[in-house]
Amino acid sequence: MSTSTLDRPTPTQPDRKPPSHRSAATPLRYLAALAIVAVTVVPLLFVILGGFKTNADINANPAGLPKSWVLSNYTKILRSSSFWHFVVNSLVIAVIATVLAVGLGSMAAFALSRYAFRGREFIYTLFTIGLLFPLTVATLPVYLMLRKFHLLENMLGVAIPEAAFSLPVTIIILRPFMMAIPAELEDAAVMDGSTKLGFFTRILLPLSRPALVTVGVLAFITSWNGYLLPLLVFNEQQNFTLPLGVATFQSQFSQDTAGILAFTALSMIPALVFFIFAERKIVGGLTGSIKG
Amino acid sequence: MTSTRTVSQPKASIAQVAGKVPVRPPRRGTSSRTKLELLLLLAPALALFVLFVLAPMVAAIYYSFYHWTGFGPLNDFVGLDNYRKALSDPIFQGAIWHNVLIAVLSLVVQLPLSLGLALLLNGRIHGRALLRTLVFAPYVLSEAITAVLWLSILQPGGAVDKMLAGVGLKGLTHEWLADRGIVLYTLFAVITWKYIGFGIILFLAGLQGVPPELKEAAAIDGATSWQTTRRVVIPLLGPTVRIWAFLSIIGALQLFDLIWIMTLGGPAGSSATMATYLIDRGFRRYQFGYGSAVTVILFTICFVFALLYQRFALRRDTQGAITRRAGA
Repeated sequence: MSTSTLDRPTPTQPDRKPPSHRSAATPLRYLAALAIVAVTVVPLLFVILGGFKTNADINANPAGLPKSWVLSNYTKILRSSSFWHFVVNSLVIAVIATVLAVGLGSMAAFALSRYAFRGREFIYTLFTIGLLFPLTVATLPVYLMLRKFHLLENMLGVAIPEAAFSLPVTIIILRPFMMAIPAELEDAAVMDGSTKLGFFTRILLPLSRPALVTVGVLAFITSWNGYLLPLLVFNEQQNFTLPLGVATFQSQFSQDTAGILAFTALSMIPALVFFIFAERKIVGGLTGSIKG
Repeated sequence: MTSTRTVSQPKASIAQVAGKVPVRPPRRGTSSRTKLELLLLLAPALALFVLFVLAPMVAAIYYSFYHWTGFGPLNDFVGLDNYRKALSDPIFQGAIWHNVLIAVLSLVVQLPLSLGLALLLNGRIHGRALLRTLVFAPYVLSEAITAVLWLSILQPGGAVDKMLAGVGLKGLTHEWLADRGIVLYTLFAVITWKYIGFGIILFLAGLQGVPPELKEAAAIDGATSWQTTRRVVIPLLGPTVRIWAFLSIIGALQLFDLIWIMTLGGPAGSSATMATYLIDRGFRRYQFGYGSAVTVILFTICFVFALLYQRFALRRDTQGAITRRAGA
């Protein structure tokens, strides 16, 4: 029985405890951090450094630093037109898909959030069902439809379906955001002689900017990283997007490992740069849209 | 909330701010102008959505009853034959099994790993922002780039093999992508590399939502930090875990890009997934009727899983989850 008094925490104990635990866990914490950095960064470094090696150097010594730094792998790709074709194609498609998804999505979200009409919830539910139709699953019938519309080998043939499949997420994120904007603002705008559509373009859209950026970033990344739809739609190499181009380059020049690594390294740059600038939006958008 | 100016009609403004009834009931009924505006606003999105999302799925159901090479008229009606053929094809059965295996492996391996790492990174640590960025970087790369990257690293005599040899584990080297017994696990490792950062970021966001008072209360009651984590923090992460598991399983069921580029589903179908099987038969071998049947099967599996999961796992989260914060 005497031990019970010993075990009972004295008032000072709780104050002392958390810091002591923190310090005990710290080495483990840094070890985990180190492991994460190593596992994440080493493969990326391997690719970037590999691009500076000769093929013989890679075969002899795939893991280490280049014996002599060779720039030709990179310069060859940067001088070739195909790499830039891929980048521009990806960019054009992603921009069209993003503009379509955000433009049409925000219009629909406006109608579904600030008008009362019959069938409103039905239409909204219809869009949310779209979340269960991922593009990967539907690609084959989408391809058949694009063929019917003569949209194969056409950038719109990729951009339009990508926009259509981005609409559900766009509307699901935008609608509650637009709903939360106080009705007083709308009343005031109407009082000042604005039409409802004027309120939408001049007040609601500017106020919705954070949400618009989030859905825009999501739509852009989805399109930029897309592989399957471009694979089916494009046959001509000059139309390829970057993911398709990387994969094709890999299979066409499978002997030229250094070239492949340089090509891959250069292809990573746009995504990584974009990510560094938009990290908070991307992370916020992903965690926010999931929790929403 | 100290303003007293709005006392005149506080109830109405609260309801409006809460977003429950943001729309003023139209006084003049739905006037023709309002109808025109609605048409203008909704029609483009609806048209795009119906035409490119809903219609293709309906068309797939229709095509799936025909034997069709994609050219010429649809006149060879075969009823449910395509479905029967697909479900009895050992390669397709194998593909379903591979999808399920990857989903299960994700839950068993990635969940503890990303949760554990998130718990470790949640504390005070130098360079946390940089760490978050790095951990998330592979997630930003496309699956295509990830595939090509690992294809180079994993080739026989490549970096992985040389590293293993370097630390005296030469016996562990394998034909990572050509050995039928190993290829699926190799691919799973690559998938984990790419997607682990997403889980970590998600769990870190969830951990931000755990009220510190609860942890303090547990500490005052004499709980060790492990007990607090195990009994307080992890249960509170329940909603985040369930969402993560949902996305992870749906992703596993639809796996395509990475596997197609790295192995084309081979060797001999040993890494085929439902989606690679679908593209291989439907698109490459011009069996569009058959491919449509596989599309419908794949869609049904995802759909049924999503419905069941919503019904039985996610439903609980709508009832007062503490970790749910407004505007998170």
